[in-house]
Amino acid sequence: MAYPYRHDKEVRVLSEGFGDPAARTVEGWKRYGGYQGIARALEIGRDATIDEVKNSGLRGRGGAGFPTGLKWSFMPKDSGRPHYMLCNADESEPGTFKDREIIRWTPHQLIEGCLVGSYAIGASHCYIYLRGEFFETTNVLARALEEAYEKGLVGRDIMGSGVDIDMTLHVGAGAYICGEETGLMNSLEGRRGEPRIKPPFPAAVGAFGMPSTINNVETLAATPHIVRHGAEWYRQWGTEKSPGTKLFCVSGHVNRPGNYELPLGFPMMELIEDVCGGMRDGKALKAVIPGGSSVPIMSADDCRSCTLCYEGVEAAGSLLGCASVIVMDENTDIVKQVRRMAYFYAHESCGQCTPCREGTAWATRILRRIEDGLGTEDDLDTLIEISEQMTGTTICVLSDSLAMPIISSIEKFREDYLALIRRGERVGAA
Amino acid sequence: MADSSRRADTVTLTIDGHEVNVPKGTSLLHAAETLGIEVPHYCYHPGLSAPAQCRICLVEVEGAPKLQPSCVTMAQDGQVVHTESPSAKRMRQGVLEFYLVNHPLDCPICDMSGECKLQDYVFDEGREQGRAREPKRVFGRDDFGGDVLYYGDRCVMCTRCVRFMDEVAHDARLTVVERGDRAVIDTFFESGLDDASFAGNVVDICPVGALVSKDFLHKARAWDLDHTPSICPNCSQGCNIDLHARDNLVQRLKPRENQEVNGHWMCDYGRANYEWINRAGRIESPGVGRSGKRRAADWQTALGALLDRLRESEGAGVRIVGSPLASNEALGTLHRLGRAVGTVTESVFRCRRTEDEDPLPGFPLLVRRRDLAPNVDGAGILGFERAGSDDATGGLGAAASHDGILVVLGDQLGDQPEDFGADASLYVYLGTFDSPAARNADFVLPVTTFAEEDGTFVNAQGRVQRFEQGLQAPGSARPAWLVLGALLAALEGGNPPGSAADAFAALAAEYAAFAGLSHDAIGTAGAVPEPAHA
Repeated sequence: MAYPYRHDKEVRVLSEGFGDPAARTVEGWKRYGGYQGIARALEIGRDATIDEVKNSGLRGRGGAGFPTGLKWSFMPKDSGRPHYMLCNADESEPGTFKDREIIRWTPHQLIEGCLVGSYAIGASHCYIYLRGEFFETTNVLARALEEAYEKGLVGRDIMGSGVDIDMTLHVGAGAYICGEETGLMNSLEGRRGEPRIKPPFPAAVGAFGMPSTINNVETLAATPHIVRHGAEWYRQWGTEKSPGTKLFCVSGHVNRPGNYELPLGFPMMELIEDVCGGMRDGKALKAVIPGGSSVPIMSADDCRSCTLCYEGVEAAGSLLGCASVIVMDENTDIVKQVRRMAYFYAHESCGQCTPCREGTAWATRILRRIEDGLGTEDDLDTLIEISEQMTGTTICVLSDSLAMPIISSIEKFREDYLALIRRGERVGAA
Repeated sequence: MADSSRRADTVTLTIDGHEVNVPKGTSLLHAAETLGIEVPHYCYHPGLSAPAQCRICLVEVEGAPKLQPSCVTMAQDGQVVHTESPSAKRMRQGVLEFYLVNHPLDCPICDMSGECKLQDYVFDEGREQGRAREPKRVFGRDDFGGDVLYYGDRCVMCTRCVRFMDEVAHDARLTVVERGDRAVIDTFFESGLDDASFAGNVVDICPVGALVSKDFLHKARAWDLDHTPSICPNCSQGCNIDLHARDNLVQRLKPRENQEVNGHWMCDYGRANYEWINRAGRIESPGVGRSGKRRAADWQTALGALLDRLRESEGAGVRIVGSPLASNEALGTLHRLGRAVGTVTESVFRCRRTEDEDPLPGFPLLVRRRDLAPNVDGAGILGFERAGSDDATGGLGAAASHDGILVVLGDQLGDQPEDFGADASLYVYLGTFDSPAARNADFVLPVTTFAEEDGTFVNAQGRVQRFEQGLQAPGSARPAWLVLGALLAALEGGNPPGSAADAFAALAAEYAAFAGLSHDAIGTAGAVPEPAHA
């Protein structure tokens, strides 16, 4: 058991090969049932492949949770133009480290997923956009891709089917905003990584002006399993609205942080207390960010009955996002935490839209001032109003992503802010 | 209204309670404009692509989940739009506050003050008190080369300048560097905008004082400038411009929109060459008698004496040297006078010409033409022939030694010998600046420049375009058409023209090329005469 931690409650579909270096080769991956998914897709044809994924209820794992099969079905039929499959491997949401692990341990799982996706949408070229900081990951994937080309799994006439699917790795330069789907397309085309206005949507005008579909690594990696075993098989896990399994990236003050693959709908407290071995040093739980830094913060109370599926986390007042669970104990300085996140968003804002360019930076400066003990209670109202002005007013949702933690933290942890403002007391500063 | 909405090419929608019918594909921002409703905007410019990034033009569209950018949202049948709803107003106030977080508010020393869109919108709808207490980030200023200076702190990052250089000039020399609130506009190379022949337009389209003209830097306040619709006098393209004047001096030239001629743009050459209009050393009063014996006279005396001389020389051969800087009204009346007095044996003009043209790739109608004067085509229509070389010298041999009547209008004859016109029986010089070659003139009559009179030019497209008087004439200088028209009326009877429009009407009656046209019909947009269509 090489992979850092494993737990019996896990359901390993995507993570089966994690920790096994042999899974990085075509032969090794085939021992895990590799390349049977694409073989079946080629057998049942394009429409049946899309239907299978549609019926499985698979939802996009990049954060938005949009039904994958539906997205694929938006692609035009017989447009006479090239179609592009884009794989978003620019995993940079703070707290997220699942895509990296999928690529690092099971690169062929992603390659196969890209093949299934490309085939389904009629793309003969797939671009995998990798985060700039993914050095090892990129090397592993590049080696695997080379082998896949050699074995005739990628390229001309894949597996003797007459279908051509080429694959190109593109390494970004390290910008969070290039993980936004249209920002990624601009970056891929050699432009500034700035999100585009929608409409037109990528299925009509995407990369290089052509119909394109963009999917997250984990989403694509799940598709070969679904096509191979069928939609019903996938639906044995999860809930009606959130079927299947999902990798949960747990970080923060737990005893065993890491990636755990669990069926959706898994109770959050069970994840923290049991799967992750409980809170570090027996401290009390203070807050959880359940879906990467861009979602509302949950208080310990919110977590009690929360189940980890799209609708479950929404009911608890937050969003599942990409299931990056950041756990914070009683000693956490929420103000500092939020300020640090604000700094991240201000730093990563592309700067096109005024509310985001100015709002994220301004909010950061106000939070810094509060942290320094120079804040006023009016600042909290200003922060909330800035956040509201940053919500729904921009081309992409980067500024919304900062607004959510600011608003939720002030609502739920107002005392932490007031302690600093009124008495200069830093919560948790030991 | 129901009838029009049934037509396939238009849509009917309601904006702020007013129903409006617009062509399909019209943006909400434009549709509102047709109702006289200005939706605030920065990044949108009618001559450029719309990135919808300034986010101040968002409006409420009933049924849409959130506010929509009016610059890229197309009008649809039955749409109900609110530009003044509480949510739209609140959003605008918020965006304006965001703009001011880092804006230096240095309006007292900013050239844009008074015509700045940030100033205007904040005065209209901004918060009374800003809430930003944090120190502002500071960029300082950057010399972009050419005539352009960049104040990064004032910039609203609308990227109009970047898009102009890329989409219209096809010379992408500007870009956005860095990101977030550290983003600034910068040039790619040290040379910046040097030698970019249309870069001055980025100053015009900058909605704030981020890009300013070095030439205009701290020269005048916007509210002190008088704007006069005019025509650029610096080449035969005839770009529509506004003269911006203060204290009877032209301070700068700005393009005036005309989609048939220059779009929203003008070239840097045209823009920069206005100082000559302000030059001192003008002829300020009529002079009678050849050099040495010349004395100043009032107009009545001078014209009386001139009329006597003209009547004496009736039937003589007349040679005319005109100028492509003179209006149709001046050149036409001059030619008519020549024919009234005697036989016009020669009528010529000289014009500086460059080797090459300089087109604006993204707006191909606009070309900096080879002829560096505004009325070459008008002079041609009115019977003047080109003479001399491309540097506007030579070609006047016959005129110089002419022994009949010689009339020079506008040409300063800088290259001509001292005995130019010495043999003429009558030599009349109508000019703006005193010239050595006018020494032999029997009459020196001060006339106005295009900036000091009303009139028309014909541009290289054959378009007749009006310009208006923006400056007071120096001394007793008069428009040439007025002087010549008075002489003509005295010789032939009838009323002298009371306005440039009258003078033009006389030309329209005589010259087929102007048939059917009038100053009123030409308006501010210009008109192409019918024969040109045939």
